[in-house]
Amino acid sequence: METVVAIVLLTFLAIVAVGIIVLRDLLAAVVLLGLYSLIAAGAFVVMDAVDVAFTEAAVGSGVSTILFLGALSFTKHEQKPRGNDSIIALIFVVITGGLLIYGTLDMPHYGRADSAAQMHPDLAVRFLEVSIDEVGMPNVVTSVLASYRGYDTLGETLVVFAAGIAVLSLLGLKRRRPEEEAPEDAPGDTPKIDPDDVQSQY
Amino acid sequence: MRRAIPRRLTQTTSRANTENTLVKLYPRQRHRVLQVVTKLVIPFVLMFGLYVQFHGDYGPGGGFQAGVLFASAFILHGLIFGLQQTRRVLSPSVLRVMMSLGVLLYAGTGALTLLMGGNLLDYDVLAHDPLHGQHWGIFAVELGVGITVTGVIVTLFYGFASKR
Repeated sequence: METVVAIVLLTFLAIVAVGIIVLRDLLAAVVLLGLYSLIAAGAFVVMDAVDVAFTEAAVGSGVSTILFLGALSFTKHEQKPRGNDSIIALIFVVITGGLLIYGTLDMPHYGRADSAAQMHPDLAVRFLEVSIDEVGMPNVVTSVLASYRGYDTLGETLVVFAAGIAVLSLLGLKRRRPEEEAPEDAPGDTPKIDPDDVQSQY
Repeated sequence: MRRAIPRRLTQTTSRANTENTLVKLYPRQRHRVLQVVTKLVIPFVLMFGLYVQFHGDYGPGGGFQAGVLFASAFILHGLIFGLQQTRRVLSPSVLRVMMSLGVLLYAGTGALTLLMGGNLLDYDVLAHDPLHGQHWGIFAVELGVGITVTGVIVTLFYGFASKR
């Protein structure tokens, strides 16, 4: 049953990915990107990685979709029509893609007994067995994230912080002057009702 | 919609008179349902964010997820009520403080463990009982992550949304 669910989810994932590539309408592509993240979150749940699924659903399909939509408001909703595609570009893409797929052949299959994680289970088993006595958290993921690998998480937090600083310095959040503060140009706000509109609407 | 307007209004001959009355009767009509529903939903989103933050030790979740959830409540507010209203609720200067405060809380916990004679981020020394020390340490660290992530995500939203 689990295999069937996984196969269905991964098939959807591939279909949505192809759809994102093919679509020229950027708005639809962004929405599909959110759907992609949601399906990926489902796949993570099937693999029992609930924390990762949680993050993927919240960040991938929630916030980044909003941010992509915000970025779309800077540009047009339609992708530019492509110029004449050169044969050389196609060859390069095929070779690179082939190399990447060839690289995945060396990876162990999911859940296989002789994968590196299963062959050297000392660390994983140790975390599972001892962390409740050493850290006292029922959720081992939190123990590893915040205590055993606390130094790494500090680095991650600094990366997030740096991203915020970068956006602040690139886009800036200038204080608006009072005359610019008209509510009508706020996004998502009700546009001012103009007389013709009133006539047609009611 | 047509029925809700009294008949005498639709029959008024003076066009300007009709418009003024309609605008008075139905200001910001189009988003009314969304605004009411959003006001209902936002407290629950914030509450769920807090739950994920402080229940991360026992179930799925933690600072990163809680921060995103908490920020999404403000993003929802910004989408429905307009950015100016949301800036009044959570001003960019507060966000800047939040971003730094979270990192400071995290790094400060590490510094505290150093001062108390342990290794960096070795929470055992924070309390007499190592388990309590771990609990306090993880609590502080996850709170720091949550505050920073909330600040950064809302800042990203402000940055993109205020430029259009």
